[in-house]
Amino acid sequence: MAIRTEPVTINIGPQHPSTHGVLRLRVTFDGEVIVDVEPVFGYLHRGSEKLAEERNYVQVLTLTDRLDYVASMTNNQAYCIAVEKMLGVEAPLRGQYLRVLAAELQRAASHLVATGFLLQDLGALATPLMYCFRFREKILDLFEMLCGARITVSYMRPGGVFSDAPPDFWPALDDLMQEAPHLIQELEQLLMKNEIVLVRTKNVGVLSAESAIASSVSGPVLRASGVAWDWRKMDPYDIYDRLEFDVPVGERGDNYDRFRVRIEEVKQSLRIVEQCRDEIHPGPVRADVDAEAIDLVLERRGEAEKPLAEGPVRAELPFVLRPPAGAEAYGRVEAPKGELAFYLVSDGSIAPYRCKIRSPSLINLTVLRELLVGWKLADMIVTLGSIDINMGEVDR
Amino acid sequence: MTPFLQENVVFREVYCFLGGNEGNASWCGGDGLLPGGFEWAAYFAAGFVIMFILVNAALLGAAVFVWSERRLLARFQARRGPNRWGPWGIFQPIADLLKLIIKEDIVPNAADRLAFTLVPIIMLMALLLSLAVMPFARNTYLVNLNVGILYIIAVSSMSTIAIFMAGWSSANKYAMFGAMRGVAMLISYEIPLVLSLVGVVLIVGSMSLVSVVEAQTVPFLLVQPLGALVFMLGISAELNRTPFDILEAESEIIAGYHTEYSGIKFALIQAAEMAGVLAASGFLATIFMGGWSGPFWSGQLGAFWFLVKLAGFVMLFIWIRATFPRLRIDQIMAFAWKFLLPLALINFLVTAVQVYFFGFYQGDVPGELTRNELWIMAAINIPVALIAIGIFGRFSREKVRVPEPVFQNIAPSPRTMEVD
Repeated sequence: MAIRTEPVTINIGPQHPSTHGVLRLRVTFDGEVIVDVEPVFGYLHRGSEKLAEERNYVQVLTLTDRLDYVASMTNNQAYCIAVEKMLGVEAPLRGQYLRVLAAELQRAASHLVATGFLLQDLGALATPLMYCFRFREKILDLFEMLCGARITVSYMRPGGVFSDAPPDFWPALDDLMQEAPHLIQELEQLLMKNEIVLVRTKNVGVLSAESAIASSVSGPVLRASGVAWDWRKMDPYDIYDRLEFDVPVGERGDNYDRFRVRIEEVKQSLRIVEQCRDEIHPGPVRADVDAEAIDLVLERRGEAEKPLAEGPVRAELPFVLRPPAGAEAYGRVEAPKGELAFYLVSDGSIAPYRCKIRSPSLINLTVLRELLVGWKLADMIVTLGSIDINMGEVDR
Repeated sequence: MTPFLQENVVFREVYCFLGGNEGNASWCGGDGLLPGGFEWAAYFAAGFVIMFILVNAALLGAAVFVWSERRLLARFQARRGPNRWGPWGIFQPIADLLKLIIKEDIVPNAADRLAFTLVPIIMLMALLLSLAVMPFARNTYLVNLNVGILYIIAVSSMSTIAIFMAGWSSANKYAMFGAMRGVAMLISYEIPLVLSLVGVVLIVGSMSLVSVVEAQTVPFLLVQPLGALVFMLGISAELNRTPFDILEAESEIIAGYHTEYSGIKFALIQAAEMAGVLAASGFLATIFMGGWSGPFWSGQLGAFWFLVKLAGFVMLFIWIRATFPRLRIDQIMAFAWKFLLPLALINFLVTAVQVYFFGFYQGDVPGELTRNELWIMAAINIPVALIAIGIFGRFSREKVRVPEPVFQNIAPSPRTMEVD
């Protein structure tokens, strides 16, 4: 007698322990096997793009913190690069070094969160998560020294960074750099040779290089599929062309490769941080501008009416910026999750006319169905974790 | 009056104190409080007293276990753990329990109320029943059943039914998933679990746990290494502990079969699970580590030795829980059928041959093996275990190669940052 079976549809999320935020997946199962997946999102939509049109250029910065709240430094960086392109200014060297340093620390922190939660999804009761978070906490402590905030940092500004690092930042960074190799090695020893982790992640959720490129996936997900593509190398921004680092690339594009690439990128990030620490020179951290050469309006309160001094006017970039009408810029960085870009259009007012955000999480999420169909429920959670999405960025 | 219960000291004392007058039980030999004809009252009172002691010991043990697990897990995870109420947070389980009792006890509308309510009762009952045959120290046990090992296997598999009842009656898809996984997994693991104990039964020649302890002049952990391994892994699957906790995999199916349970029902399910770990550790200590017998003063310090061994196994369970990720359902089934079952069969075969030859040589019934013979068996069985694990470990698992990550040093392209 044939047993009559029928597929079961389950709404996984938006309230679920491991959908990494308020993602909802409408999944159809045949027993344990996934037949169909449909991601539904929008539960965290805050209208960041529209809000940006109502704020001036520096205020928009605080909105970018809240996109991918696990990696706000790189969000700041992408936005600042876009604004700088519009204005035609460039941050001074020390400012660029500090930016890259902060961004790379942020990359390490973000990858640690991804790795920790991936293992949490595998069912390793919070132990690896705590190990990763212990390391991440030290990085967040450094951010607190830099700008007083840990998560929503708003550290960078168009034309540099908000302020120079305090003197006690550098010894603290040295401490972290001394501890870091040990912490990473501990994590690797605990997990990379764990038979269960290998069996659960190898050859699961394979994404081929062709389909990765076809769906315009970026970041570690793309590199794990064997494509060496990194905006820090392909289109160096800030001072990345002065730094030496390698781009780790996976072999097959399975969950294990994505996981491994992230760990290797943490090592490379620390390598970059080390170079930044050694090469950085004293100097200004925020761009001076020639107020007349670039058609900027200085609206610093009380100072705008001051009689102009003789010679070219040098002043710090003001709080209220007015890029020329019609100026547009596309500022992109290699964020921890992939290519993050801001497309800004100016109409000559103090607020962007349009702010389009290209968020890597949203685009990486589009390959989810391809990765999941045919696998089991337990693999679904792990694969979702290995893509490393952040709902703040997906929904914006 | 069954002879089983007569052997129990507490039962005998209470029974004789109340109903031990002439005309009733002749073996008491003294005056009882109750008049003749009320023997049944004494019988019930004695039963109640002994159940009261056992149930409270089990639940108190579960509370201590909850505390120690939370503290130890916190240590494993570089945290502090509960440390607010009482010295080292020792009263934390009381706070947990109070919280759960005060919470609203929700029964979903679509649920099958009767089955839904019966589940925690059946789970806790199955657990407490299994404690009846556990020897805590010399002459300290509820009953000395001559089918003790069979009894614990039979009683503990009742919880499978409870799990399926929970999944079905909750009218929740996650619960159903957990229950389906649970039934598939638990039934598979029953088989190696039972087979792993056959070697012990062959050596001892009895299924009574008291006889098992008395026969252990050498710990059966050494004589039956394969049996101990299979039993340990099988029982941790029965207990839904990591890496076999797919029934309640919180990152996949919320809380599995007990997703819909709250309040006191959830507390009872948790108590059953926690006390289940204690019971499993107790049986491991009894069957494979010699129970109450210790290096010295086994008679007086029996309970102490038993608790030390039990605590060791509990620690091992917590350690495993803190360390390992979870397996997938097909991998778990493959582990049971391709790895544990062959190991259990090898153990059965080797032990049967050994017991036959030693019994033959001795010329009397097997079951009275001497200390030297047990050492010889240990010397044979440990290499056999290692070889068998090596062979079947290789066959049963997928080939896993760890590649080194490839580094690509791309030449940076010239700088292209310009004003558009």
